[in-house]
Amino acid sequence: MTVKAIINGLPVEVAEGTSILEAARKVSVKIPALCKHPDLDHTAACGICIVRIKATGRTLRACCTPLENGMDVVTHDPEIVTVRRGIVEMIMSKHPNECVTCARSQNCELQTMCADFNINTTDLDNLVPNIPLDDSTKAITLDARKCISCGRCIQVCQENQNVWALTFMERGISTRIAPAGDISLAESPCVKCGQCSAHCPTGAIVEYDEGPAVWDKLADPELHCVVQIAPAVRVAIGEAFGFKPGTNLTGKIYAALRRMGFKAIFDTNFGADLTILEEGSEFVERFAHGKGVLPLITSCCPAWVDFMEKYHSDMIPHFSSCKSPHEMVGALSKTYYAEKIKIDAKKIYMVSVMPCTAKKYEIQRSDDMKSSGYQDVDVSITTRELARMIKQAGIDMQAIPEEQPDHLLGAYSGAGTIFGATGGVMEAAIRTALKLVTGQNPPRAEFEVTRGLKGVKEGVLEVAGKQVKIAVAHGLGNVEYVINKVREAKLKGEPPPWDFIEVMACPGGCVGGGGQPYGVTDELRIARAKGLYQEDQAGMWRCSHDNPYIQKLYDEFLGKPLSEKSHHLLHTHYTARPLYQR
Amino acid sequence: MPKFTPAELDAHKAKLLAAAKKKAIIKVGLNTCGDAAGALPVMLAIKEAVAKAGVDAQIVKTGCAGMCGIEPLVEVSIGGAPATMYGQVTAEAAREIVEKHVVGGKVVEAFKVPSIAEMSSDKPVAGKQYRIVLRNCGVIDPESLDEYIARDGYQALKQTLTAMTGEQVIAELETAGLRGRGGAGFPTFMKWKLTRASRPGEQKYIICNGDEGDPGAYMDRSVLEGDPHAVIEGMIIGGWVIGASKGIFYIRAEYPLAIERIEKAIKQARANGLLGTNILGTGFDFDLEVRLGAGAFVCGEETALIASIEGKRGTPRPRPPYPAQKGLWDQPTMVNNVETLANIAQIVLRGGSWFGAIGVGRSKGTKVFAVTGKVKNPGLIEIPMGTTLRQVVMDICGGTTTGKPVKAVQTGGPSGGLIPASLLDTPITYEDLQKLGSIMGSGGMIVMDESDNTVDLSRFYLDFSIDESCGKCAPCRIGGTQMLRTIDKIAERKGTAADIAKIKRIALTMQRGSLCALGQTTPNPVLSALRYFESEWTERLLPAVKK
Repeated sequence: MTVKAIINGLPVEVAEGTSILEAARKVSVKIPALCKHPDLDHTAACGICIVRIKATGRTLRACCTPLENGMDVVTHDPEIVTVRRGIVEMIMSKHPNECVTCARSQNCELQTMCADFNINTTDLDNLVPNIPLDDSTKAITLDARKCISCGRCIQVCQENQNVWALTFMERGISTRIAPAGDISLAESPCVKCGQCSAHCPTGAIVEYDEGPAVWDKLADPELHCVVQIAPAVRVAIGEAFGFKPGTNLTGKIYAALRRMGFKAIFDTNFGADLTILEEGSEFVERFAHGKGVLPLITSCCPAWVDFMEKYHSDMIPHFSSCKSPHEMVGALSKTYYAEKIKIDAKKIYMVSVMPCTAKKYEIQRSDDMKSSGYQDVDVSITTRELARMIKQAGIDMQAIPEEQPDHLLGAYSGAGTIFGATGGVMEAAIRTALKLVTGQNPPRAEFEVTRGLKGVKEGVLEVAGKQVKIAVAHGLGNVEYVINKVREAKLKGEPPPWDFIEVMACPGGCVGGGGQPYGVTDELRIARAKGLYQEDQAGMWRCSHDNPYIQKLYDEFLGKPLSEKSHHLLHTHYTARPLYQR
Repeated sequence: MPKFTPAELDAHKAKLLAAAKKKAIIKVGLNTCGDAAGALPVMLAIKEAVAKAGVDAQIVKTGCAGMCGIEPLVEVSIGGAPATMYGQVTAEAAREIVEKHVVGGKVVEAFKVPSIAEMSSDKPVAGKQYRIVLRNCGVIDPESLDEYIARDGYQALKQTLTAMTGEQVIAELETAGLRGRGGAGFPTFMKWKLTRASRPGEQKYIICNGDEGDPGAYMDRSVLEGDPHAVIEGMIIGGWVIGASKGIFYIRAEYPLAIERIEKAIKQARANGLLGTNILGTGFDFDLEVRLGAGAFVCGEETALIASIEGKRGTPRPRPPYPAQKGLWDQPTMVNNVETLANIAQIVLRGGSWFGAIGVGRSKGTKVFAVTGKVKNPGLIEIPMGTTLRQVVMDICGGTTTGKPVKAVQTGGPSGGLIPASLLDTPITYEDLQKLGSIMGSGGMIVMDESDNTVDLSRFYLDFSIDESCGKCAPCRIGGTQMLRTIDKIAERKGTAADIAKIKRIALTMQRGSLCALGQTTPNPVLSALRYFESEWTERLLPAVKK
């Protein structure tokens, strides 16, 4: 069904239910809007997108008003522009004038809006509230003074992620965002996924910045600083340097990190390959040998682990005991690598560069994260922080030649790369599971059923004549459906609906992570994922078990997957945690 | 308890009407207003005096008769003679009234005030009170189902369920021209029709909006307290017409007596087969529950009200989808105001054309107002639409208490505006009030005399609206406070002409950019004060700097 209407005197035909905001694009109009985000249902909060309905003369919000048959809409006239300007001016009267010292400067939707409306002077009173900063999680920082009450963070936290940490407190002019009950974020159900920061139009929610701390460590001559980069970082960081979304900058990032002073450049993709060997073996144990319960659920996403421990702790027996890849690389850097280069592990300072804010929390989530005898990963920074550090160092990403990683913990297969996209862990695991069960590599490495942005992807794969039922969920809001089906089957005493489940907290998986460059949309998620799949296809090795450095690691150090040493260094435990920590 | 069938309801009514009457009937107004004025000790004094004298008298507690300025009110009727109303009755006076009037048969002139019958007309004439909504208020015991039944109670329900179709009821409402009495004036038949047509067969809800909150307005409270069954009957008919099996009374928690009486009436109706399963033996199932509002003014807005019932933060959401499409728990829902619902049974019984003949233009029927401020006779009045403001202020309410001339009348509460004395001949209709920059609103009417200042008055209303802004949308959340700051500057005689322009600029942004009616109408009191009393503002400005 379509509707036919008039916008600015021009005929428009769109699908029924299309908002005026979207429909206006057909007549080359981008209606200014501040609270509407393409990922999210409208919040209708700002009012900047007002348009006039000719028949009634009334102004309505374009973001939330569907175009109707016969509607005659005007998207701008002098009064509408005056009102839009008035709203931006009002919002600014309650927003701190701290642009130059704000993490979102030059990348702020409010700042852009102010520039467009040239809000340079105002006769409105300054109404900026005095609300203390909340950096209690040491993962994301909430500065409620900078909040414009657009409601995106609450929408994404409650509706999309189903976490329900953030809400509006008080009302009227005193309205502010805060964890429900006015406790700190660390005490709230927050899982640090950072989707709030990814969707915030201003600097009200940003990552906890560790850039200066990393520079300090790099300056310390006693320390041996090493670094690893996660799969999704390489296809997103380019956006901060003018590259097309999805451009793979792996070699340039290695080079930049080396020039910043890191002594060894590792890759989390190596850890991903290792995870596959451990988790793949775990799956085969459970699936083929009946040791442990099915389905097996992936554990490489720390926000998902936190969410599970808080909301679905009955799923603990289903969880893979594998640590996440960067923790594995961290533990090995302070054991295997330290032994190899004969350095005291306490001098090693491991930095992980992640698309993720939850990794900042994960590095201290339990004593298992100190399996090397030291904290396995000393600090975790986001893609956004690394981009800033590269700029601080003055490194020209366009010009810098590509380099290689330190292969010992840096070589990787295509299976490791695709960990960064939703479904990638599943696809990589199945490639290796096939080998483990049949002794042969899969005839075709691609499993399309795991790819794409559908919220829950389900499928059946053949492994040695047996059917493996899989499910892939991304975006925590999609998890409940999967978990409930598992519970239902358990209650009824039926076989589990799936044998293997992958969950990533962020929509799109890590490419859409809470620590990635701002402005994420599905279009960007697809482009970034494409960058990863291209690298997988072009790579020398498609399967984790084919990575010779992984084989070498087992030969020289770990023995075999699920060995005692593996368990000590690469695996962890889970515990039910209260939603509210006080 | 008997569960009424239609025939049994009629038989019961006939029995009630035929029952032997006591020689004397003494009524004491015991709504919140009467109680606050001290009607309970008066009631006790009357009981004692009657017992002592040994007279054959029935003592009835009633709802509010409307004359709130002269509570406690006691009405005496002997042997079916026209009733005498006494005002400002003390316990002592009550004993005297029993002794001299009830026992002695002689009216006590010292306390006599006009009775309800004397105050109102039995024909709908502009300028005179005419009671449809308030017909039972102050007349019957609101806690007695029998008294309601004796006054044609549940006859409209019987007629609807046994002799009408939903379309017929809607057609009557269309002929009647009834519009929403909550303030916006949306045609009621349209709301019923849309909700009836929406997703047939699915769970639907009808909600009574009892979240009255305008400063000085208490029409809905008085109706809920004084005639709860009339609202319930309207709800059941509405539920049947739209196909709902559940209705919810959303009443603000600050109305404990209204809640108590509605809950009591619901139980009575349920026990007598008028509510619950198989209503009047017709197979129609419908039940009611009461939910309390937590004190946010904005929850009078229907989408915020629905959010509040769902346990969410009470903030409005954009429409469409309208509640008729997606309301409570995403199901088709119809939200009607208390006064709107109190009209329903009478329209069904007496016909849409009867109702449609009352009033003028597109404003039909009557409207209840709570008239307060500087009038001699403050209180609750019900007048046919088209009555002028002057008739209300001067004729019905007796002019100002101070003897000073009327300066302005404020209608529509914080969403309405000031109407200057020069426009008092304006007829009260939705359209006429809107033309003047005010609104009909839910029925608050505040009268000011020459000693009141409109800068301070509009500041009061603005302050109220700012306090009640939910904070969801930027224009309302921030604009109100910015406007208030500017008015304060002017009030402190520090403002300039630029500040007047700034107020108007902020007002435009709020009117056009706010999501719901609260924010869109917040500037109204200020704008109307500026429009009609500009000199009161400019005289406070700093003199222009000479260049």
